[in-house]
Amino acid sequence: MKKESHWLTESVRGGLIGGGVIILLALIGMIGRFAERPVIDGVLVLGRLLMIAVFFAVGYGAARNELLPVTRLLTGILAGAVAGILVDLFVLFGEGVNIRPMFINASPELYEFLAFGNLAMAVVAGAITGLVAAAFRFLPARLRSALLTGLAIMVVIGMLSDQLLLILNNNGLARYVQGWLLAPRGVSVSGAVIASVVIAAISYVQSVRRAGQADQPIAARRPNRLVTATLWVIAVAVLLFLPQVLGPYHSEVLNQVGLFVLMGLGLNIVVGFAGMLDVGYVAFFALGAYVMGMLTSPEGFIAQATGAWNFWEALPVAFVVAVIAGILLGIPVLKIRGDYLTIVTLGFGEIIRLLALSDWLRPYTGGAQGIAAIPPIEIPGLFSISGPDKPQRLFYLVLIACLVAIFVATRLKHSRIGRAWMAVREDEDVAEAMGINLVQTKLLAFAAGAAFSGISGTIFAAKLSTIYPHSFGLLISINILALIIVGGMGNIPGVILGALVLVGLPELLREFSEFRLLVYGAVLIFMMLQRPEGLVPDKPQQLVEEGA
Amino acid sequence: MGILMTKQVTKRFGGLVAVDAVEIDIPERAIYSIIGPNGAGKTTFFNCITGFYIPEEGDILFQGESILGLSPDQIARRGIARTYQNIRLFSNMTAVENVLVGQHPHMKAGIFGAIFRPPSVRQEEAQSLQRAVELLHFVGLQGKGNWVARNLAYGDQRRLEIARALANNPKILFLDEPTAGMNPRETAGMTDFIHRLRDELGITIVLIEHDMRVVMGISERIAVLDHGSKIAEGSPLEIQRNPQVIEAYLGREGVEAAQAGSQRRVERAV
Repeated sequence: MKKESHWLTESVRGGLIGGGVIILLALIGMIGRFAERPVIDGVLVLGRLLMIAVFFAVGYGAARNELLPVTRLLTGILAGAVAGILVDLFVLFGEGVNIRPMFINASPELYEFLAFGNLAMAVVAGAITGLVAAAFRFLPARLRSALLTGLAIMVVIGMLSDQLLLILNNNGLARYVQGWLLAPRGVSVSGAVIASVVIAAISYVQSVRRAGQADQPIAARRPNRLVTATLWVIAVAVLLFLPQVLGPYHSEVLNQVGLFVLMGLGLNIVVGFAGMLDVGYVAFFALGAYVMGMLTSPEGFIAQATGAWNFWEALPVAFVVAVIAGILLGIPVLKIRGDYLTIVTLGFGEIIRLLALSDWLRPYTGGAQGIAAIPPIEIPGLFSISGPDKPQRLFYLVLIACLVAIFVATRLKHSRIGRAWMAVREDEDVAEAMGINLVQTKLLAFAAGAAFSGISGTIFAAKLSTIYPHSFGLLISINILALIIVGGMGNIPGVILGALVLVGLPELLREFSEFRLLVYGAVLIFMMLQRPEGLVPDKPQQLVEEGA
Repeated sequence: MGILMTKQVTKRFGGLVAVDAVEIDIPERAIYSIIGPNGAGKTTFFNCITGFYIPEEGDILFQGESILGLSPDQIARRGIARTYQNIRLFSNMTAVENVLVGQHPHMKAGIFGAIFRPPSVRQEEAQSLQRAVELLHFVGLQGKGNWVARNLAYGDQRRLEIARALANNPKILFLDEPTAGMNPRETAGMTDFIHRLRDELGITIVLIEHDMRVVMGISERIAVLDHGSKIAEGSPLEIQRNPQVIEAYLGREGVEAAQAGSQRRVERAV
């Protein structure tokens, strides 16, 4: 058993860590930038919220081993206060010694903000928050998670309020919510209370219901047909009208998310199902895009020889090229596993990018200039559905592609082939001894994964009309991998959620884009420590009827 | 000639000869055991037969045909299945999924079948599922089909491993220490179960086993390996009396002590 330390040490240690985190966040400029952004109109700015969140985490964490109410609360208070004191010490130090030449963000305004106006306030705020956090531990787990969900979603609404208002304004609905719910920036005070209480209540009721259902047999857990059908109709209606409701900017964001969902579903086959960690996955995306460019753009060398193709003619070619590339990558890695396989795929991804960039292939790929003038996608004889000004139309194509991909991925997962992939993931040798042909099974996974990514690339090319090698860097591969991991490895709804969170949210929070990678990293570390199975853990299918 | 025959099978790892010119001939529908001290090369020999290792010399005949050099999946398709000394289930898949994977070679659905799921594929899936449930019943795992394999009790995991191997429709089943880590009651249950496998399903069983009570009680024929070579073969009784076997297990001094002991007993009786 782990040795439990005394509550005094525990709280001081927690406080020091928390204070250190706040100082770090301040020095990199996060707190300063976030201080300009209201979350609750006139009451709370994001920077303050960040500090309070750290105090809260410190108090909550430090009190985890204390069962006695008095020491638990004392631990919380002390931990928060220590964090506050450390911040104060930093402020005092900063005011005495000029560290600005090194840390450009360390301005007098920042110091004032960190000290909550005057130094004593920081300690008091820390102590109170720590106390609240420790007291929070007395609540039942279900209530705790419901409250945190409510608060978190309220904060998200607050941060996206200007965009929500923009969308509502498009539809003439803004005046109904402005004031009592949303302010131009942030939620209003009443909105904050309403939103967090309502969401917490919903989340609480949901979790109680789910717990109640866990004891029932599977058959009773399945929602009845009518409910399912109604939900489907609603979902279809929402998706059909979504671009009109959202407006061009947000439709564009959704298109972006959709392309990543496509790639995520493909990579999920390779990584999530078959267990082969591929970090060069962007290569297939690039291939899809370049094939589209070469065939359809008047600059493309094939188009110059044969006359320009249209999107629909080029699509199957891109598909086939991606599949072949998937198999070609698969062949050399058939015999290697684990880390070694990852390194090879990493190399493959870079090779494709460097080839596209190379002078040697410049006549075909356009070198660093890439390929421009890729025509928009047209519905023959009717109208074009892509191009810079038509994200709302492209949405439907992306949606269809995603739905097909979801269908295919789901079907594959619950089939003989999907089971073979999972068996290979679990134990390659045993899978082979069970009669699974490893060569076929692995190549099929690579080919299927590559196909999804290639299709995504074709739409990407037509959407942007210009492609450059630098659009296909390693970071894209890592992004896709991260969204699978955060969403829930192997889980299809998880991939979609992961794409919304890791691609959609950063797009909406552009004003903080400088901290994007930092937050990304922090989220990944947090997920790996606290919820390694992802937001939507993949649960095995219940194939057998109860009692069989 | 039996169902499985090895001729002069030799496997070397660098300078070490792990399996040295081993010849066995396993009669059809037999329960055949391979025993020997730790490191005698039993599991390596198994691995040669199931295709994980390719022996440097010799030949392996299954139903009269050489299976030397075939890949493990091809060998499995011919009807050779196995379990493992340290349980190797697909631990994040459910019990029934494990068994379904075992049926993989006998199913046909390809990629298009999987995506479009025509009636033939639906039927195949339903039949396989039913067969999987039957197999779980047969090994005594009824009602546990939806359990994730790693959550099953140890004895159940052993049974599931056998069910998965049976799903392969094997003609011959290699069990690598099936009673390892079991208490006497579980061991007795497993022994009965192995008999049922042979009697009810007509499968030839090859065992690696350390528990001598199990081996002597269940086997019809035993081969003894020591330092990679076969030092004896025969019925349980013959093996028990074979001085070379006793020596391999107890060492020379042990043998002398045992002989001295029996000598004394004889003298006392006289």
